Amino acid sequence: MPTIAELGARYRSGEATPTEVVESYLQRIETLDPQVRAYVTLTRESALAQAEAAGKRLKAGRPLSLLDGVPLAIKDVICTNGVRTTCASKILENFVPPYDATVMARLGAAGAVMLGKTNMDEFAMGSSTENSAFFPTRNPWDLARVPGGSSGGSAAAVAADLAAGALGSDTGGSIRQPAAFCGTVGVKPTYGRVSRYGLVAFASSLDQIGPLARTIRDAALLLQVIAGHDPLDSTSTDVPVPDYPAALGQGIQGLRVGIPSEYVIEGMDPEVGKAVSAAIEALKGLGAKTEKVSLPTTDYALAAYYLIAPAEASSNLARYDGVKYGHRAAGGKDLIQMYGRTRAEGFGPEVKRRIMLGTYALSAGYYDAYYGKAQRVRTLVRRDFQQAFERVDVLACPTTPSVAFKLGEKEDPLQMYFCDIFTIPVNLAGLPGVSLPCGFTQSGLPIGLQLIGKPFDESTLLSAAYAYEQATPWHTRAPALT
Amino acid sequence: MPDPNVEHLARLARLDLSEAEKERMRAQLDAILTYIDKLRQLDTEGVEPTSHAIPMVNVMREDEARPCLPAGAMLANAPEREGDFFRVPKIIEE
Amino acid sequence: MRMTTDYESVIGLEVHAQLLTRSKMFCGCPTAFGRAPNSQTCPICQGMPGVLPVINRRAIEFAIRTALALHCTVNAGCRFARKHYFYPDMPKNYQISQYEEPLAVNGWLEIEAHGTTRRIGIERLHLEEDVGKLVHEGTLETARASLVDFNRSGVPLMEIVSKPDLRSPEEAAAYLKTLRAILMYLGVCDGNMEEGSLRCDTNISLRPRGSTDYGVKVEIKNLNSFRNVQLATAYEGERQSAAIMSGQIIVQETRLWEADKGKTLSMRSKEYAHDYRYFPEPDLVPLKVEQRWVDQLRTTLPELPVARQQRFVTQYGLPAYDAELLTQSRALADYYEAAAREYPKPKIVSNWVLSELLRELPGDDEAALARCPIPPRNLARLLALIDGGTISGKIAKDVFEKMYSSGEDAETIVKREGLVQVADTGALASVVDQILAANAHAVEDWKKGKKQSLGFLVGQVMKATQGKANPAIVNQLLLEKLPKQS
Repeated sequence: MPTIAELGARYRSGEATPTEVVESYLQRIETLDPQVRAYVTLTRESALAQAEAAGKRLKAGRPLSLLDGVPLAIKDVICTNGVRTTCASKILENFVPPYDATVMARLGAAGAVMLGKTNMDEFAMGSSTENSAFFPTRNPWDLARVPGGSSGGSAAAVAADLAAGALGSDTGGSIRQPAAFCGTVGVKPTYGRVSRYGLVAFASSLDQIGPLARTIRDAALLLQVIAGHDPLDSTSTDVPVPDYPAALGQGIQGLRVGIPSEYVIEGMDPEVGKAVSAAIEALKGLGAKTEKVSLPTTDYALAAYYLIAPAEASSNLARYDGVKYGHRAAGGKDLIQMYGRTRAEGFGPEVKRRIMLGTYALSAGYYDAYYGKAQRVRTLVRRDFQQAFERVDVLACPTTPSVAFKLGEKEDPLQMYFCDIFTIPVNLAGLPGVSLPCGFTQSGLPIGLQLIGKPFDESTLLSAAYAYEQATPWHTRAPALT
Repeated sequence: MPDPNVEHLARLARLDLSEAEKERMRAQLDAILTYIDKLRQLDTEGVEPTSHAIPMVNVMREDEARPCLPAGAMLANAPEREGDFFRVPKIIEE
Repeated sequence: MRMTTDYESVIGLEVHAQLLTRSKMFCGCPTAFGRAPNSQTCPICQGMPGVLPVINRRAIEFAIRTALALHCTVNAGCRFARKHYFYPDMPKNYQISQYEEPLAVNGWLEIEAHGTTRRIGIERLHLEEDVGKLVHEGTLETARASLVDFNRSGVPLMEIVSKPDLRSPEEAAAYLKTLRAILMYLGVCDGNMEEGSLRCDTNISLRPRGSTDYGVKVEIKNLNSFRNVQLATAYEGERQSAAIMSGQIIVQETRLWEADKGKTLSMRSKEYAHDYRYFPEPDLVPLKVEQRWVDQLRTTLPELPVARQQRFVTQYGLPAYDAELLTQSRALADYYEAAAREYPKPKIVSNWVLSELLRELPGDDEAALARCPIPPRNLARLLALIDGGTISGKIAKDVFEKMYSSGEDAETIVKREGLVQVADTGALASVVDQILAANAHAVEDWKKGKKQSLGFLVGQVMKATQGKANPAIVNQLLLEKLPKQS
């Protein structure tokens, strides 16, 4: 299957029509998704209708954008007007938003086609998509393994070519980690670069929507459409959006790449370390200058994250109470019973754990020791990066300490939390990060390279990633699914 | 050592937990908080807290009324309604 | 002497004022009152998943203006925080409010009570969003279910907390009255306590007179009039002092004022429920209130009630009583000044506004004056007609009533109804002759020295001319024509 960039070219040359392409995607989903289970909801009819409309525009020579007629998968945490948005939770199983997220409005205005909504860890809490209340998604490279999470459905859909591209959300690594596990590109933009309006909140100060795609160019095309100021999101910035695709291909001669020494940890998969070292060598070979940098607070970032994110989550998830929308437990004889039972039935174990943890971190007498402390640590994490970026343009490190693991392998919550140890500091500091394939293990599992950029400097980040991608063969490999 | 009162937290969070869940929750919160306790080693004296990584101030909108959504659209997801109201079971104070 | 006089009440008020913005605090829904349930809502004020708040600039400006009028320090930085508790009228189960960094602190206002003026401290002023409305099937205690309407959810609320400086129920009521007048003058709140645009809770404790410690305070909720504030604090003071006298301990609690029973009842809520878990609202960024903005808003402050009252006394020479009544509402004071500009006899204008106009108007608030059918200019011209001798003062009162019911100006009515005063000596002389002829006994009485006869005869002439005769000329003609008194 072609990339988004190639699809657009074929549409414009008349070589293919959106209807043919969408039909073939729907066909492929029908055949392969029963194994992968990337989708929670398929929007077959509206996808075909959108494709037809795009086809007419293209035929008339008036496409809305480079994404006109391009079929995409959307993580089920992004609100879609008239299409149920579940967050892979029982509590929202039948919730149909009467509004679109800003990113959906933008994709719609660009003519993109939505194939369906993808599976995820419930409310984006998890690193394996096993926390979906419905079913786990499988890794297209090895169906016995997890696709990562929480945007596991989107990453698996892109890897298995069940969509040309996808949107995910990233709070502590939820785009980059599954991208690494599934061998795709995943971009977490700078906090404030993409509107969060209509993104069901997990941790408001960390959440960010971003693209997953098979190539850096495709990710740049998607980011171009969704980025930009939104008056509906007070935390979205009006920093001008540059032309991302145009920035690609400018080369990385003289680019200063920092190698954080704290990102080599005990228990890391040696194959990951080797692949990332090789990637850094490759960057050097392309003209980059590398130097070691230190991010001394790294070791504390995970702990700070597991106070900040659950605290905000406990607050954001208070609204699911069986009154206005979503699940309500039967038989509660008064309001208190109804609340307690509804939330007990509606939320899965990981969500409950984080609500409890977050409630604790904010409760009277503990705020300063927990939430307050974590926010101060966050300042130190930010400072680490600021100091590093005085000397370098981007940072390079592994996306994850290990490759995709087997379903059910990580039962201990803490063990699961460590999956995000290299991605979490980036969210705490609000920085842009990208994960892209940098090799495979001997058993054929993808390995991810993470590049981290300065605030709002996605252009440099993407052009570095593009240079590496174009010099290596990894993005041309696809999982063998039949 | 932190010793969260699981009963109290569950009540604050409006989560009915079974005895078995409470036991499990106690053990898991204990493990997580033990890990988190490492933050104490870090000196944050005089460090300002960060609530937004990208500092911004004064984001406001003009006071302009916009059309609402019709009551029907807002109530379409209601678990229980009566006319154009949401209906909830008997309210008791705790 | 009763033992209770050894204790004094320590009272503080918490006032919530709905702001007169066009749209809600964090979304574009209108703030209209009394619409069909759930018709003034959107995903944002209904707390749907994924929605985000955006601050209404005018709400901030209203709060800053109020803070300035109350002599508060406007904090250079302020931010919103989430306050958590589960309740079905609150769609997100947290309220966006302000906690550690409120908009303003440390102000004061002056109240008059017990014949003296006292300065009452303002602790803090902050903004928050209102909650929805619950309709119970029956009373809260007996209802099997309740219904929720989110129209009010998200309407901007300004909370103004006084220091515990009030010492009597009268002072509490005076404070609320003064504060309400200021809010209405500023145009930030309509002051309607029945519809709940202005709500009040009080805190009251007792302490031995002369002590500077604070006793255990009790909060009273649900006070929706000046009278209820006064009655409830008086009742609660008595209740607490009786309790102390009989050796009971006052418990910190929240009590509800039941106006029809005339007493407060304990709400029996447990303290543990109040772990609000405040933390800075991550969906909003902090506000940096620059001095320039504050200074600019300061220039937009209107003259406030106390200052205006004083000016009315000095500028117009009005009695303090008139000045006080005329400045109760900004709209009435504006009306008065507009009329007095057109007809520069301030006391006469005051008399007409306070007696004639207020008798007709349903109230003295902005809404009432906005619907007043007599614009100030028309009142001024009516008064000028009296001065010019066109109509008499008595006729003028009738004309005023007609102006009020028809909305026409005085000239139109006077002309159409032929009310122009007859000042033609020739025409009047013949009427005077007729009256003298028809009232021979009165003429006789006059001759015998009965002075009242003249008044009677003037009245007869006025009656014959339907009040249109110029009384001064009639008087003069009669004196000329009447025989000499013996």
